[in-house]
Amino acid sequence: MKAAGILLAIALALAAQTTIARYITSGTVTVDLVLVVVVYVALTSGSVAGLLTGTVAGLIQDSLLSTGLIGIGGLAKSIVGFVSGIVGTQFIVSQPLPRFLVFFVATIAHQAITIGLSVVLGQQSFGTPYAAVAGEALVNAVVGVAAFQLSELLPGAVERRRMGKSRLRR
Amino acid sequence: MAILDVRQRSGYLFLAVMLGHVILISAQVNSRSGVSVLESVTFGLFSEVQRGTSTGFGGVRNVWSRYIGLRQVEAENATLRRELDDVKIQFQERRALADRARGLQALLDLRDRSNLQTTAADIIASSPSPDFRTMTIDKGTLYGLQPDMAVIAPGGVVGRIVIPTLRASKVQLLIDRNAAVGALIERSRAQGVAMGGGDQRLRLEYVSETADVIVGDLVVTSGIEGIFPKGFTIGTVDAVEKSGPSYKRISIRPAVDFSSLEEVLVVLTPTPIHQAEGSPAQGKNE
Repeated sequence: MKAAGILLAIALALAAQTTIARYITSGTVTVDLVLVVVVYVALTSGSVAGLLTGTVAGLIQDSLLSTGLIGIGGLAKSIVGFVSGIVGTQFIVSQPLPRFLVFFVATIAHQAITIGLSVVLGQQSFGTPYAAVAGEALVNAVVGVAAFQLSELLPGAVERRRMGKSRLRR
Repeated sequence: MAILDVRQRSGYLFLAVMLGHVILISAQVNSRSGVSVLESVTFGLFSEVQRGTSTGFGGVRNVWSRYIGLRQVEAENATLRRELDDVKIQFQERRALADRARGLQALLDLRDRSNLQTTAADIIASSPSPDFRTMTIDKGTLYGLQPDMAVIAPGGVVGRIVIPTLRASKVQLLIDRNAAVGALIERSRAQGVAMGGGDQRLRLEYVSETADVIVGDLVVTSGIEGIFPKGFTIGTVDAVEKSGPSYKRISIRPAVDFSSLEEVLVVLTPTPIHQAEGSPAQGKNE
């Protein structure tokens, strides 16, 4: 059930990445919704879940969106997911700021791994995209923290709505 | 339960996932030679396996071939040893022929120098008895040999013919105890008679008390007995003992090594005394 939910989240993230992501970013600043899902799953479900989610999501993203080597994104997301899961189990990341930091650092690490592997394998010439990476990390962190806040507020809101309806009936 | 196991082994799972990604990427990346990295690495690893297998197989094959080779080498070795023995025998035969040729050349030179009529003869036997020092040559009366003809060698005087037969002759050596030859000291011209003693030495007898004889003097034939041509080397004085004014003993070391003689010359030319008397002269035969 949980796995199905994760797969659904990945699918939604990919769909959103290819459709609405361009509307929430501008210029060189982008957002990686798939990475946000991977880090989110890792923080909530642990390193193994983060690892497997990163693998599946990265490979699908590579095969669908990438024009380069299939596997680089999967490798980067697997590492990020695994390490994020470890961080989530070893440290208290229940507050927005720690989560923000995790998403931020995870995005930078993901980009570093992706760019590094691509350069080593001679696939692309990236130059020095510090601003783009920093912008993406910022956006991912904001989106990730927002996702956490939403997921925590949404069950309470539904409950409050149910309770409000029952009071009205009395 | 399985999920729990997987989580407990998350490190291994992580490594497996990483390995899977690396393999996946390697399969798509070409090396500098244009070959896929995965193929290159796989081939590199498999080539090491091939190398190891080949080395092992080669080692076994080498051992086996050497074992088989050793068996062949054993037979070949035996054949080569036989051939080597044959070659050694041939070599010795050739060397003997060369030695014989050298000896014959020396005899030929001697005949040319001496202006004597001679005939060459091979030694076919010799007497081992110390009492009678004789040898047998392969020429006899058929070649004109007669008793008391001188027998010489490149080194010096050998002896005289005592019994000629049709095809062989017995030669009395100088060192026979019954042999004697007129001799003189080449340096001082002192005369005497060289006599055999049965051993490897000669004695110089009948030497005048006033004669000058010293060790190292060369002793040659005097020709006085009418058998040996004058001036042929008998030997050298190797010991002189005096008893008062007279010589007690003068020892001569023969110039000829009788034990190594193979060919000799028989002097057919009559000596002046032979010619004068018309009959062979007698040596000392007591």
